[in-house]
Amino acid sequence: MSTTIRFPILDRLLFASPGPPGEVPNEVRRRGSSSACPSPSHINTISKTPSVCCADTSPGGPGEASLSTRTPPPAVYSPRSTLDARPEHSADSPVSIHAMTVAYARKPVLWDVDYDAPSNALIAIVGPNGAGKSTMIKACLGLIPRAAGTVEFWGQSYKQARSRIGYVPQRESVDWDFPVSALDVVCMGRYRKIGWCRPVTKFHKLAAMEALERVGMADFAKRQISQLSGGQQQRVFLARALTQEADLYFMDEPFAGVDAATERAIIDVLRELRTNGKTVIVVHHDLQTVPEYFDHVLLLNMRIVASGPVGEVFTADNLQKTYGGRLTLLAEAAEAVARAAKGN
Amino acid sequence: MNDLPINFEEIFDTLTLQGGFNTNAVILGTTLLGIAAGVIGSFALLRKRSLTADALSHATLPGIAGAFLISTSLGYSGRSMPLLMLGAAITGILGVACIHLILHHSRLKEDAAIGIVLSVFFGIGIVLLSLVQTSSSGGGAGLNHYIYGQAAAMTRSDAVLMGIIGIVASLAALIMLKEFMVVCFNETFARSTGLPVWLIDSIMLGLVVLITVSGLQAVGLILIVAMIIIPPAAARFWTDRLWKLVLISAIIGGLSGYAGASISALFPRKPAGAVIVLVAGSIFGLSMLLAPTRGILADTIRRLRLKLLIARDHVLESLYEIELQIDNASQPKASIIFIKLMTMRGWIMKTNNTLALTDSGRTQGKRIHRNHQLWEQYLVSYADIAPTHVDWSVDQVEHVLTDELIAELEEALSQRGITIDNGDPA
Repeated sequence: MSTTIRFPILDRLLFASPGPPGEVPNEVRRRGSSSACPSPSHINTISKTPSVCCADTSPGGPGEASLSTRTPPPAVYSPRSTLDARPEHSADSPVSIHAMTVAYARKPVLWDVDYDAPSNALIAIVGPNGAGKSTMIKACLGLIPRAAGTVEFWGQSYKQARSRIGYVPQRESVDWDFPVSALDVVCMGRYRKIGWCRPVTKFHKLAAMEALERVGMADFAKRQISQLSGGQQQRVFLARALTQEADLYFMDEPFAGVDAATERAIIDVLRELRTNGKTVIVVHHDLQTVPEYFDHVLLLNMRIVASGPVGEVFTADNLQKTYGGRLTLLAEAAEAVARAAKGN
Repeated sequence: MNDLPINFEEIFDTLTLQGGFNTNAVILGTTLLGIAAGVIGSFALLRKRSLTADALSHATLPGIAGAFLISTSLGYSGRSMPLLMLGAAITGILGVACIHLILHHSRLKEDAAIGIVLSVFFGIGIVLLSLVQTSSSGGGAGLNHYIYGQAAAMTRSDAVLMGIIGIVASLAALIMLKEFMVVCFNETFARSTGLPVWLIDSIMLGLVVLITVSGLQAVGLILIVAMIIIPPAAARFWTDRLWKLVLISAIIGGLSGYAGASISALFPRKPAGAVIVLVAGSIFGLSMLLAPTRGILADTIRRLRLKLLIARDHVLESLYEIELQIDNASQPKASIIFIKLMTMRGWIMKTNNTLALTDSGRTQGKRIHRNHQLWEQYLVSYADIAPTHVDWSVDQVEHVLTDELIAELEEALSQRGITIDNGDPA
């Protein structure tokens, strides 16, 4: 029953009488990271300072009255004082995620994620289908609402740090029959700098051309995007992110279904970004290339299984935990939360 | 058909804007509205919101009837255009809000939500309209025009208002082109850069509302959506660039509006809306048929050409294989006309009732034969497909291999020590 040890909160969720929709995430928020998995593999480069967690000792406000009828924790539950709690956020980290829980239609898909990304590194997010990899990125960027938890970028909110963040969405997420050229798409990365209701000037077009050159797509600038191959489309998306001139990039499956030339072009750009001191967080599906391409890895399966330098964390044991041993209780709990919210 | 006695001069005068100031104002106003509908419709189409516009236009009916009832009960004239437009806009937006409400609070999909809102609001409107007609004697009869549209019944000031709204709406859309484009293409990216997508969507919706309510009198609420959907849909056949799409769509919309209002002016009992839709629809039909790359005709020609190319390749290949004395090589089967055509092109010749290659035909046959072998070898050695199974897939591919692909094939095969000679006869 190691799962119950690591996720005591889930037992509570299963046994607690559910409140109105949205109550459960409140519970998660209150309890914060302190109760989340202090898994042995939870290696992180950011130093952890012990702090006292008061979530359990102080019951929540009136809104959480329904949750006060909790069953007592299991006997094997580790005492609070031994928990290795972290400070809420690290201001040095390009992205610092604290106790983030994300739910789709009230069904949790990510539980209690805590993560401080190291700066100036290429970081892979790895995990099976449905592990919540894209969800994690989107929740960080505020593209889908977080049920609980906070995300900070260099100690700032997303709104404040937005100009320093670039994003490459999944290629499948758009209609490629859209009537624009590759250059038009790349120029979209400059819209924020250009400002509302102003035309794209030559200066910005040149910047877009330069980005297209960096991904080896300068010859295709005038092509309509549906006439590009999948890999070329992916490179156009990458070029668009490059024109954002960010310090931190989130990339959602940039290597999915691309040709060899594109894969080389992307990895060259990633390394160039690292040389220039940037941080890149990539949702990645190809386990074989993780050690070659990335410095850090984050193994995800509805919760963080392990995170840290590839050499330390990317082990057969951790992979087995990520891919083989899906925590059935976690999935069942998510279903229970969803069912309770829907009222059936 | 008692409005038929019309002479050529009158038609000419109307079409060339010499048919009196009032007529001109209506024609110009409707044309400007058509242009605006084409511009804004482009974005509605790309944002996949065309049907929402349909629900919106149907949902304006209760607003029109309601505004009439309220203003007459307060003692004002119920026929004031701005008041009716305001009422129409309010219930139109309410209808769109209801769609979002249904989507958000149920598991229904958008098509069902739109269908529900469209029919319910229209039903409410019809009920209110019957109230208008029973309560006020004659005064409300004109409200029927808002359902089917009657451009000729418009006053000059109504037409001027419509034209001004058209110009303003078009300009607003052009100024926001960049923002509309990124939201239509990639909403999540737009949001990640900090663009307030909801605001841009609201502006887009607001422009659709403006077009709809100002076009009610001329086009009618049932068919106004055609002015928003059909011009951009037709324009999409002709171009792959957004600004060209907007431009062509505006032209088609303007033409439809112009034709509709002119004909309505000439035959006052013909509803302009129907004429506008017929004109726009014809342009759409022609575009779909004749457009250079996306049209049906171009597509058919392309396919036919490929078919002929493959047939030609097969003839040349089998004749070449006969020359090579390959087993089970046989005389090609092709229609007499096709053989005749190929003879005329100088690829083959007929000697003693059998076909043979000319020199230029031999060069072609050699190339095709080699392509066939290359691809076959590739499939067998790289894709682990049994040699007896590759024929069909080879037949599909060998005709479309480009020089670059052939070079890549040669390199891949040479890495495995396989070389295909140039296929000279032994």
